Amino acid sequence: MRKFFDEMYIDGASNNVRDHYREFEAWLATQSPKTVARKRAEADLIFRRVGITFAVYGNEAGTERVIPFDIIPRMITASEWAHMEAGLEQRVRTLNMFIHDIYHDQNIVKAGIIPPEQIFRNAQYRPEMQGISVASDIYAHIAGVDIVRAGQGEFYVLEDNLRVPSGVSYMLEDRKMMMRLFPELFAKHQVAPVAHYPDMLLDNLRSVAPIGVTDPTVVVMTPGMYNSAYFEHAFLAQQMGVELVEGQDLFVNDNAVYMRTTRGPKRVDVIYRRIDDDYMDPLAFRADSTLGVPGLLSVYRSGRVTLANAIGTGVADDKSIYPYVPDMVRFYLSEEPILNNVPTYQCRKKDELSYVLANLPELVVKEVHGAGGYGMLVGPASTKEEIESFRQRIIARPDGYIAQPTLALSACPTFVDSGVAPRHIDLRPFVLSGKTISMVPGGLTRVALKEGSLVVNSSQGGGTKDTWILEN
Amino acid sequence: MLSRTADHLFWMARYTERAENTARMLDVNVQTALLPQSARAAEQGWRATLGISELQEAFDRKYDKLTPRDVLHFMALDTSHSSSITSCLRSARENARAVRGTLTTEVWETHNTTWLEMQNQIDESDFENDPSPFFEWVKHRSHLSRGVTLGTMLQDEALFFIRLGTFLERADNTARILDVKFHGASAQTGEKSSHENQLDFYYWAAILRSVSAFEIYRKVYRDAITPARVADLLMLKADMPRSLLASLTEVVNNLSMVTGDPHNDTLRFAGKLHAELKFATINDVLHEGLHDYLTEFLEDIYELGNRISREFLVPLAA
Repeated sequence: MRKFFDEMYIDGASNNVRDHYREFEAWLATQSPKTVARKRAEADLIFRRVGITFAVYGNEAGTERVIPFDIIPRMITASEWAHMEAGLEQRVRTLNMFIHDIYHDQNIVKAGIIPPEQIFRNAQYRPEMQGISVASDIYAHIAGVDIVRAGQGEFYVLEDNLRVPSGVSYMLEDRKMMMRLFPELFAKHQVAPVAHYPDMLLDNLRSVAPIGVTDPTVVVMTPGMYNSAYFEHAFLAQQMGVELVEGQDLFVNDNAVYMRTTRGPKRVDVIYRRIDDDYMDPLAFRADSTLGVPGLLSVYRSGRVTLANAIGTGVADDKSIYPYVPDMVRFYLSEEPILNNVPTYQCRKKDELSYVLANLPELVVKEVHGAGGYGMLVGPASTKEEIESFRQRIIARPDGYIAQPTLALSACPTFVDSGVAPRHIDLRPFVLSGKTISMVPGGLTRVALKEGSLVVNSSQGGGTKDTWILEN
Repeated sequence: MLSRTADHLFWMARYTERAENTARMLDVNVQTALLPQSARAAEQGWRATLGISELQEAFDRKYDKLTPRDVLHFMALDTSHSSSITSCLRSARENARAVRGTLTTEVWETHNTTWLEMQNQIDESDFENDPSPFFEWVKHRSHLSRGVTLGTMLQDEALFFIRLGTFLERADNTARILDVKFHGASAQTGEKSSHENQLDFYYWAAILRSVSAFEIYRKVYRDAITPARVADLLMLKADMPRSLLASLTEVVNNLSMVTGDPHNDTLRFAGKLHAELKFATINDVLHEGLHDYLTEFLEDIYELGNRISREFLVPLAA
């Protein structure tokens, strides 16, 4: 068993509780197993009744599941968060500058910091966006940056999600659930609130309306109720008090976007879209898409509607671009990066490829365009056969893969069948960019419920925890 | 409001009301089946129930012969077609889920809970032996969803479309329940035996009970139960909540709230239908023939539904 950082106990020793967990640990010790079991069942029942579910792909159509919720919160001290917040702001500011740059002057390429083919031959690079100006030069209005803790407790950025990051509704619902189940805990702890996220999001979206629009109409655009994150789309629209639209509800006329309402067409100014670029406009991208709006891109290019996030952000959160982010920070801001990257081997480079192939059992290998925990190899957790078959895939297409050392992700005590045991976690804070950069304290903590597992994705059996940023 | 949203709200309400009325209609048949009657008459009753819901063909494709048990199962629990109670409740919930952001939390949770508890209800209530508790439960869930809707929703367009769906469906369903007796059977001729008259009494009493109108009937007429008075009550009484007239009054009210234009064509169409009921007498209706009258009424309701769809719910591209 690999050594990992335990969030609650120093060196994993049950008699050595970290200061910020002390109060909680004492409280938990007084809770009878019966009470805990009842509260856990209550949480599950409420999530089901409220319909806080996600759809599972590749399963029987329409299967909905509740994401397991763990009642032991993940706590982060105020000073740790202050550090993380500064790092996140720096990182997301940089990424927005990078996206603007590669669709305009391309200074970072001219300076020789990133090889041109890494950007221009990337499938996520959208030539349609070249020279197009977007409101406030912001592209990634909503970013979900995955952060893990490893080694002695250092934070690393694992991934920047700049397309349609999801999970924020769980962050909000988990908090609501904790307050409902254990109100007494909130009297004992100074937990930074998160419930104002939808207001911040709406302000942020309104701040990036097309020029000249004083009272913008904002909508949330969803692929529909069978999408895995439909609950979140509906939730955010409701919380912001805006319409939840599908592609079929929108149409383009006279270089503007309208929605079909019972009282005739209504102009739309800002679209918070939760659909991938490829499906947004069948005239511009995938012609077989029935989810999008024909003609949308041309309105967008002329600056008459805002899309959040912008088209073409995927090139910046691609795993093949990830290794360059620290250099981007230095290039655009002349600052040292506050948050670390995980050391990354690019298989497209000959020497790094041979290192990767020689050390597969020790490494995590990821497809550069993969997401959701699919298409990756966790070396230490894989059989010889799995490793060999992955090896062939890497050799066949080296530039499709990157590799990282297997991080000993930090673990947090979690309720499992056998009682309370440490399980690996990560953190996804949500960073909003508009006229300013803002975020609510914390984010979504995901937990890998299988013993030893490092994969926290909900589609792969992950659960969630409430995340507490402790003030004081 | 988005047209699609209005469409989902409208259908959410229609499916809920349809589930309730299907339960009511099947319950009548279960009750009347307890009466002494010939096997042929009993079968005719079940056939009529299928026919009135336009399910006869689908049923015959699936079953070689007709048994009450199969009809009940087919119309209440079979999810292979969209008209069963379980399919209706599922559709109501799917429509609600599509617009959950427009509904209050309570309304959404009511529909979701109905759907989640449905299987339990069927298992626990021993449907095969006694379907009545299940029908009772379906009615209660429908009452609940209506009450929660009225008790929590803002009185705006969303509520008007929900109400419109409820009452359009109810008008349709009440007409069908009333028409069951006449469906498929040719108009009765000749004198009836006293036995037949007695059966008639129980039949009409069951109809009344199925629309919760038995006590109301006693209160309003204080007289023996006759088909003419039952028809009068269920069609023309403005204060009887499930009557055609009462349903049409609500349809017109809610429609005028969503159009805001008194000269709107769809509203005019509904208004005419409403006026016809309002100023009719039961003698006029019986003179025309109850079955013919109801058949025409159902066609008009169908047309009204189409007009509402075309105008508000799925408008053609602008």
